[in-house]
Amino acid sequence: MRTGHLLRTQAFRIVLVYVVLFAFSVTALLAFTYWNTVRTLDGQTDQIVAAEITGLAEQYQHLGLRGLAETVRSRSTHGGEALYLLTDRLRRPLAGNLDSWPQTVVTAENFVEFDYERPVDGKLEARRARGRMFAVTGGFVLLVAQDVHERFLTRRMFTTTLPWTVALILVLGLAGGALMSRKILRRLDIINRTSGEIMAGDLTRRVPRIGSGDEFDMLAENLNHMLDRIERLMRGLREVTDSVAHDLRTPLNRLRNRLEESVMWLNAGGALTKEDIAGEIERAIAETDQLIGTFNALLLIAETDAGTTRAAMTALDLVSVAADVTELYEPLAEERKVTLTLIPSGDVAIEGNRSLIAQALANLVDNAIKYTPAGGHVRIGTAVGSAGVDLWVSDSGPGIPHQDRTRVVDRFVRLEASRNTPGTGLGLSLVAAVAHFHNAALILEDSLPTGLKAILRFPRAALRATSFKNAAQ
Amino acid sequence: MRILVVEDDLEAQRYLVQGLKESGHVVDEASDGETGLSLSLSRSYDVAIIDRMLPKMDGLKVVAEMREHGNLTPVLFLSALSEVDDRVKGLKAGGDDYLAKPYAFVELLARIDALLRRRTPSGVKTRLGVGDLELDLLTRAAKRSGTDIELQPREFRLLEYLMRHAGQVVTRTMLLESVWEYHFDPQTNVIDVHISRLRAKIDKGFQAPLLHTVRGAGYMIRAH
Repeated sequence: MRTGHLLRTQAFRIVLVYVVLFAFSVTALLAFTYWNTVRTLDGQTDQIVAAEITGLAEQYQHLGLRGLAETVRSRSTHGGEALYLLTDRLRRPLAGNLDSWPQTVVTAENFVEFDYERPVDGKLEARRARGRMFAVTGGFVLLVAQDVHERFLTRRMFTTTLPWTVALILVLGLAGGALMSRKILRRLDIINRTSGEIMAGDLTRRVPRIGSGDEFDMLAENLNHMLDRIERLMRGLREVTDSVAHDLRTPLNRLRNRLEESVMWLNAGGALTKEDIAGEIERAIAETDQLIGTFNALLLIAETDAGTTRAAMTALDLVSVAADVTELYEPLAEERKVTLTLIPSGDVAIEGNRSLIAQALANLVDNAIKYTPAGGHVRIGTAVGSAGVDLWVSDSGPGIPHQDRTRVVDRFVRLEASRNTPGTGLGLSLVAAVAHFHNAALILEDSLPTGLKAILRFPRAALRATSFKNAAQ
Repeated sequence: MRILVVEDDLEAQRYLVQGLKESGHVVDEASDGETGLSLSLSRSYDVAIIDRMLPKMDGLKVVAEMREHGNLTPVLFLSALSEVDDRVKGLKAGGDDYLAKPYAFVELLARIDALLRRRTPSGVKTRLGVGDLELDLLTRAAKRSGTDIELQPREFRLLEYLMRHAGQVVTRTMLLESVWEYHFDPQTNVIDVHISRLRAKIDKGFQAPLLHTVRGAGYMIRAH
């Protein structure tokens, strides 16, 4: 992965900003702690020094210069951290454990910090001390100080290590950030690569999930769902194109032949009567109507199947839909000597599109009546079960052989046995499309003792709350 | 009757205008939405046939503008768009009827006749009569020559629709839409069976049949 690529990633930029902020905060925090500590410790030193000076001042008042020198001398021999030096007006040492007046730096209120040398383990060592000057009358000066070398070392260590610490934080943070961005980038790259392949035309590709259930997995899942839907739409489009090509061309060709033939007859001036010609044209119109019917059915199936139709979903009672369709087909059934019965049940209210469901049911009933021999029966009913809400049509016709059941739902499939019955072969496809639109299943079963039972099984989720009450009654 | 045709496909327009003129109507034509709108507002028409997709101004917009100007001319929409939700849109915009292309001319003519009939309100009718056939809309009773005729509720509605359009061709699609409220073509022509059932009830045993089949178009109820 190139650096430029890495720098341009959002993840790395976020890490960068975060690391800089973090380093800044750490520096600020440490500096504050350091400043506070130094201030407190210096304060303590200053207090000790001040107390000593107060004590020595009292000695001086009681015992005079000699007594002061005496006390300084005696305290100096105790050693430890306390430092004393009493000098005359020419800064010549009179008493104390400092050899000479140090190069001092006067800070506020006569406080001084200075370096001095003292033997440690037989060697002279430069050390840091902090103290205060006290002017004694007659030009004599007393310097009282405390050794603060340890603290001085700590302070120096702190000021030298702080930049290194910050640098380390930055380096480690950036390295971690780069690592993290690489990890995120790797997963984004997978998604990008997959989309690239899909754009190149391979619509079957899917974004792999690693199963961690994180945001990337969710993104992958959503993308895959979207791709499934696109693929289905594309397939629908392709199927329509195929169907149009295959099943509209044939009748169109027939129509063309018929019209050409008519023109040929007319031009040949044959013994054609006006009625013959009119009949020929009427047959052509009838053929056109058939074509329009097929075309409309195809469009409706495609729209319904792909879910692109904005057909409105409303609350509807399946039983009343069934009753309406039964009423519409009852005279036809009677004419064909088939008994058409609506099996009564309570209201079954679902969420759906009335027109589409009515059309699907009409197609099922139409088929059932068409294939049921005279004397047979067709039944329509509804049922609410644990598997879902059923709207079913059963007949006593020949049924559909098991091996053909999935095939009959395909467009234009007409089983050999029914080649001579009129129909476009789109009836069941439309039913399947309507089922799909409603998330319902189209189930084809045996109807005992003979015949077919077609079930439109809506998911229980489609049930309207009111129907539970009614179903219980 | 004066009819306005707004259709941008000139071949379809010519066919429409000629057919309507042959049926005895006076026809004005426009080939874009703006011209159609200004014609509809400047002259008085009995019915307007307007295509959904027009140059310059969409058909829906034309009708909406007409209605905004208080023009209540009945409008029949013609549309090549898919039917499922387009019909609702057309009717919502202020159209009175809707016909999807391609259509049969008889279907168009029958629908225009129905729109024209709707235009001349004859007060609230409680009784309909054709020849010696009478329909009482309040008691829901049918009589022919004084003999009671038993009708199922749907048969009553079917007969009522036919009698309201007495003397006019009524197509199967119109019946399916008005009497059953279905907007699809059943695979088998179930309407024919309903009609023959109704015919058996009102015409059987009487000398002059009232319910006639109009070949290639639909049905018509008339006295002779």
